[in-house]
Amino acid sequence: MSGGGIAAGGGVGPGGGLAAGGGAAVAPGAATAAGPSTADVAGATGTVGTAGAAGATAGRTAGPGGTLTGTLTLVRFILRRDRVRLPVWILGITLLVLSTASSIEGIYPTQADLDTAAQTARDNAALLAFQGPDYGLDTLGGQVVFNVGATGYVAVALMAMFLVGRHTRADEEAGRTELLRASVLGRNAPVTAVLVVQAGAFVLLGALIVLSLLGQGLPTAGSVVYGAAMGAFGLLFACVTAVTVQLADHNRPALGLTGVVLGAAFVIRAVGDVGDGTLSWLSPMGWAQGSRPYAGERPWTLLLLLGTAAVLVAVAYYLLAIRDLGGGLVPPRPGPPTASAALTRPGGLALRLQRGALISWVAGLALSGVSFGSIAQDVGDLIGDNEAMEDVIAQAGGDLTEAFFATALLMLALFGVAFGVSSVLRLRSEETGGRAEPLLATALSRSGWATSHLAIALGGSVLVMAAAGLGVGLTYGVAAGEMGEAGPLLGGALCYVAALWVVVGVAFALFGWLPRAAVPVAWTVVALCWVIGMFGQLFELPRAVIELSPFEHVPEIPAEDFTLAPVAALVAVAAALLALGYAGLRRRDAGY
Amino acid sequence: MTNAIEVTGLVKTFGATRALDGLDLTVATGEVHGFLGPNGSGKSTTIRVLLGLLRADAGTARLLGGDCWSDAVALHRRLAYVPGDVTLWPSLTGGEVIDLLGRLRGGLDAGRRDQLLERFELDPTKKGRTYSKGNRQKVALVAALASDAELLILDEPTSGLDPLMEAVFQQTIREVTDDGRTVLLSSHILAEVESLCDRVSIIRKGRTVETGTLAELRHLTRTSIAVEAERPLEGIEQLAGVHDPEVEGTRARFDVDTAHIDGALRHLTRFGVRSLTSQPPTLEELFLRHYGDEMAGAGAGVEAGAGAGAGADGVEASS
Repeated sequence: MSGGGIAAGGGVGPGGGLAAGGGAAVAPGAATAAGPSTADVAGATGTVGTAGAAGATAGRTAGPGGTLTGTLTLVRFILRRDRVRLPVWILGITLLVLSTASSIEGIYPTQADLDTAAQTARDNAALLAFQGPDYGLDTLGGQVVFNVGATGYVAVALMAMFLVGRHTRADEEAGRTELLRASVLGRNAPVTAVLVVQAGAFVLLGALIVLSLLGQGLPTAGSVVYGAAMGAFGLLFACVTAVTVQLADHNRPALGLTGVVLGAAFVIRAVGDVGDGTLSWLSPMGWAQGSRPYAGERPWTLLLLLGTAAVLVAVAYYLLAIRDLGGGLVPPRPGPPTASAALTRPGGLALRLQRGALISWVAGLALSGVSFGSIAQDVGDLIGDNEAMEDVIAQAGGDLTEAFFATALLMLALFGVAFGVSSVLRLRSEETGGRAEPLLATALSRSGWATSHLAIALGGSVLVMAAAGLGVGLTYGVAAGEMGEAGPLLGGALCYVAALWVVVGVAFALFGWLPRAAVPVAWTVVALCWVIGMFGQLFELPRAVIELSPFEHVPEIPAEDFTLAPVAALVAVAAALLALGYAGLRRRDAGY
Repeated sequence: MTNAIEVTGLVKTFGATRALDGLDLTVATGEVHGFLGPNGSGKSTTIRVLLGLLRADAGTARLLGGDCWSDAVALHRRLAYVPGDVTLWPSLTGGEVIDLLGRLRGGLDAGRRDQLLERFELDPTKKGRTYSKGNRQKVALVAALASDAELLILDEPTSGLDPLMEAVFQQTIREVTDDGRTVLLSSHILAEVESLCDRVSIIRKGRTVETGTLAELRHLTRTSIAVEAERPLEGIEQLAGVHDPEVEGTRARFDVDTAHIDGALRHLTRFGVRSLTSQPPTLEELFLRHYGDEMAGAGAGVEAGAGAGAGADGVEASS
């Protein structure tokens, strides 16, 4: 008994301390646990229960003993497991900010350049929608914040989402949490530990961002507020994920829910920033950007992020208290005792496994398309109102609405490629999960098995891009009364399918030849396509580098005319990559 | 009689690890062949090579007259496989998985499927994530046994099953072999192997160290003798083939190589035998004899000895 008590005390005390230092959101819950742990060492179990229940933030952790017991041990364990991932995420995002900051200075050497740039951006609804509000655009700092823009916030949210999911629902799904919880470990310890690590990671990330910006000679106040905004936004999404992993009983749908929240935050903010900004107050991304780094700092808006995060931690604790380990909030129901013909026909299993994801992606891309389509109307208004825009139009070499659509379609395609890659990589997770082995021990050939999932990845890419194109085209058609644009916009979106197929082909070729590297390398390719697509111009990357991305070869309809040759070439490259993947798969060991 | 499985000189390396190191395995058509070896000795790797999932670095592996690698798909129509660690799709019910695997193999007997579900007391309407380990195992077993495959490859098929289900499993395997089908049974449950298998192959560190019928294997090993005589026993230590003698006056216990039993008994009768018990080696002892030194070297002897019970006491440190 005393051994357990000591372990509990040792685990929680310092854990609480770390949390208090790491982030305000988790501090109240963790700090309370330091009390009961001391009592536990003294052996007064009864007192412990009362103290824990009375003091716990959630107010519902009524069980005897600390619900946070063992948190520090888990914190160490998570740091060990993420010793590569955490630094990669933190350094990657820091590098994004640093490289933006260092290139901005070169692009706008004089105040006159900055003024011009500020004017251009203010009048460009597309830029406002994709990057954020027009605060302090006539300063170097403001330009850095604007150019890192929403992408930076999305990146920290993704970091939080993946890492929290990995240590909570993914572990629970695999049965590892059960093993841990059977030892001396409180119910809330796993989620608290990962949030403590995330809090620490975001403090570190924020500090690195501040140092990077100060190193570029930018003002202190703005740099600190921007670092804090990035960190606080990431922490908020760590807490959002802490809740979604309680709701869904699998990691994939849980992360999907977080993705929906992030998408909604982005879209609401985009619509708000293009309009008068009121709507942006409904979005946490709006709160982060509303802290106005380098433009009359308003750090109190970050308290909204931290306050919401604290509430979400309480919600997560509450949900943990009312649900079973391994379950979600919906109890499992019995299913059919026999398989339908649809399941057992060729490709039936792959479709069944990926159906949910496919529907979500199609709906998500359609909604994103609708939101871009509705903003496009404002772009037209802006041009009408502003006489200074003639220059800009001349610079852009075309209609600004068309330029907006071209950027919107590129962005949607860069969303869509994530579907294609995650869909084809399902092959790898089926393989490493041991679920491919029984299938491949039947008369199903490796190629047949791979084809069933590839068909979803390739066909699904067409569907998501069609949904995106129709969303943009129909919404704009209705809003602007220009239905004639719907056809070209759909066509423009479908042209990007060729680029999606190339990336799917890269992922499949990796799966065939370097299965162990396939997942990280394929996602790195996606990230590089994103960086080239969104930042290629800004970073003034060499043409040769920019042209590595298949997305840069797709005709930018409607700003450009359709040309068959590049699209056909991309399809040919994709076909070659797929053939390469099949050849590798036939040759290699399966199941490792 | 032709052979259902013919493996010679199989080598498979994973980086620096030599998982299979010249393994031989022959399984005759119609027999139940026990495939024994400690954890990590290469049993599952061998089975994955047989299934064409892994490509051997050297050696030949033939199954039902075809090549395991190049004829994999055609061969899989004729075999059924139960993995040692069954992972199911969380959103699919057990019944759906059974039908899926059965139809992918080319159809399954619906009547037999229902009968097996009943015998194994498996609820086919539950989702994959809600099954316990034993029930996941049952899903794979029903899927394999409901097929009319001529070869069953079972990798520790009863891990996680309760003793009642173990009995159902053994009964079902007997029915399968009555139909003339072949079974390769990798198992750690030695009682199961003794009761079901016609022949046994014992592997170690990727090599076959022993193969034959249980009777043949016993012949290669020692019998434990406990004897009580009228007069004090003498000269037992000097007998050929005697190991670990413990002589206390008129009582003695020793192990004797099966080839030297006759000489030992002739010697004993000179002292007027009052009682004599002889114990043939159990499979457990055979097994432990082959791995004894390895376990002693690895310091795992305590665990293995405890698991094997009294049989472990007589194990010698050489094989």
